[in-house]
Amino acid sequence: MTTPLLLGVLAGAILSGTSLLYATLGETLVERSGLVNLGLEGLLLIGASVGFSVTAVTGSAWLGLAAAAMAGGLANLLFGWLVVTRKANQLASGLAMMFFGFGVSALVGAPHVGAVITGLPKWRPSWLAGLPWVQATTLFNYDLLTWLAIPVALLVWWCLFRTRWGLGVRAVGESPGAAFASGRDPATLQFQALAAGGVLAGLAGAHLSLSLTLTWAEYMTAGRGFIAIALVIFSKWNPMRAVAGALLFGGAEALQLQLQARGSLISPFLLDMTPYLLTLLVLLAWGGARRLAAPASLGRTFYGSD
Amino acid sequence: MSETRLAPALRTFLRYAGISAVALALFAVVLLAAGKDPLKAYADTFTSTLSSAYGLSELLVRMTPLLLTAVAVALPSRLGLINVGGEGQLYMGAWMATAGVLLFPAWPRWLLLPFAALLGFLGGALWAAIPGALRAARLVNETIATLLLNYVAPLIISYSIFGPWRAEGSSAYPQSPAFPDAALLPTFYDTRIHAGFLISLAALLAYWLLLERTRWGVDMRAIGGNAEAAQRLGIPVAAWIVIALAIGGGFAGLAGMGEVMGVHGRLRQSLSPGFGFTGFLISWLAGGRPLGILFMAFLLAIITSAGDTLQITQGLPYAVVNILLALILFLVLARQPQRGVSK
Repeated sequence: MTTPLLLGVLAGAILSGTSLLYATLGETLVERSGLVNLGLEGLLLIGASVGFSVTAVTGSAWLGLAAAAMAGGLANLLFGWLVVTRKANQLASGLAMMFFGFGVSALVGAPHVGAVITGLPKWRPSWLAGLPWVQATTLFNYDLLTWLAIPVALLVWWCLFRTRWGLGVRAVGESPGAAFASGRDPATLQFQALAAGGVLAGLAGAHLSLSLTLTWAEYMTAGRGFIAIALVIFSKWNPMRAVAGALLFGGAEALQLQLQARGSLISPFLLDMTPYLLTLLVLLAWGGARRLAAPASLGRTFYGSD
Repeated sequence: MSETRLAPALRTFLRYAGISAVALALFAVVLLAAGKDPLKAYADTFTSTLSSAYGLSELLVRMTPLLLTAVAVALPSRLGLINVGGEGQLYMGAWMATAGVLLFPAWPRWLLLPFAALLGFLGGALWAAIPGALRAARLVNETIATLLLNYVAPLIISYSIFGPWRAEGSSAYPQSPAFPDAALLPTFYDTRIHAGFLISLAALLAYWLLLERTRWGVDMRAIGGNAEAAQRLGIPVAAWIVIALAIGGGFAGLAGMGEVMGVHGRLRQSLSPGFGFTGFLISWLAGGRPLGILFMAFLLAIITSAGDTLQITQGLPYAVVNILLALILFLVLARQPQRGVSK
């Protein structure tokens, strides 16, 4: 009895942790360049609605995925125009992006509410399907985004910590003045980080509508964007730690779904609270450590290159 | 004093009216691209709001929660605190007020109304005191905490109306039983304007008095200016952080109380189409200035009415109006870059 439950939770954790991971990786890239985009929730909604709508119209989930990635990137460039080009307040700009995402996703998704789509194809290598217990669960039966989740986390880590570009991005996040003095252009690096981060956020949103739920509903991301922002802090701005964080939160969500499916006595509404309360708890536990790990210039506007 | 306040407030109003005009033009392009008729949408919004006594009265109904949630943001913002949790605080105010009404439905009106209103205030205040305490203890940033709690409060409402408070025969859209007449806020003439509107004006006045006429206002501004210096001057900064967020949350709670006891007459899931978020926008655009809040609440009451119009006559979801709100914010943000650290 408990083994299927555990395997079910694990399978669900990986499935619902996928979008959280992509979102966290995207925000990590952005924050490493010294910018905070509180509007991540809006980006996820845009990714989910654009991905779903394009899939509903064209019949191809791959086109939907590509469109969602592009929409996420473009939305983050808009954020960049505000906070980098116009040097606007990052927090207010992030909230503006949140409103923008609420509205745009409602508009884009409205014609396709209730549409039936074929989501991202899933496959399970036959040698994994043969393992005991696995057959009865959704374990290892994943779409491309889930299979690529950890490789992408590795890629983001490698880009940030093993390439010249990543060094530049981190330098801008720590001290844009010093980065500028050493011949780097902070604005260009920030825009590049924003574009890449936006693409990841768009994919995160698309995974929700194209693989997890196969529907579009207004506000369907249900605060995952804010949870991902908390995960960035939890993972200390490190892409590989983000994997653990995403699994933890995906696990909380999966456990709650498994309990509901098994007819738990606890009200589903109370179970639905767990991700948010867990996020608060995690922030509480990691509250002190964050100041040391955060990029030193996070949230500050850089005026030096004028 | 009041004249020197009025002039900048008026100028603020005119400036934002101009910005709104540009945003409306941009939003019209968006609507055109979606195959809708923006001119008709705007004309319909105008007729449904400003062109009749009924429309104007509905604007005041809509302004009531907006004013209260704006004050909920403005008051803590004097300390440099960012309260984005008005939505959740509104829901908890509605929840606590409902609890009071359902617990003592037989109480006479003179006792039940103030009691439930007080509970409404407390509901929002306690909900906001959580992020307040976490921030005061330097554990969790209040922005992210208030945002997260927005997602928890509606679940408490859902739990209650799907469970213990579920009215008989409300299977499709569960809701609480209808409140007794003694628990309904008095309305004015034949409109839906309820006593909550007077409460919201009183809240705005109280905010202005607190800010301009009391020692507390001076203390709050000192903390907002430089918390460390204020601490050294002997101002209890941590206590102030909790109190300011709690009082702010209390006002948002009163907004929720007004919605259940003044508008719906029962507790429902769909209490607020984002009043809390719009209230944040109002306070931010008005720079926390009381008269500015009054003007911006009026302006945004009209603009969010456009959301209803879009829904009714253009077949678009209400949430589309958020694009218009975002455009206004984008224009304001792009127009006046702010110097210094943005935290």
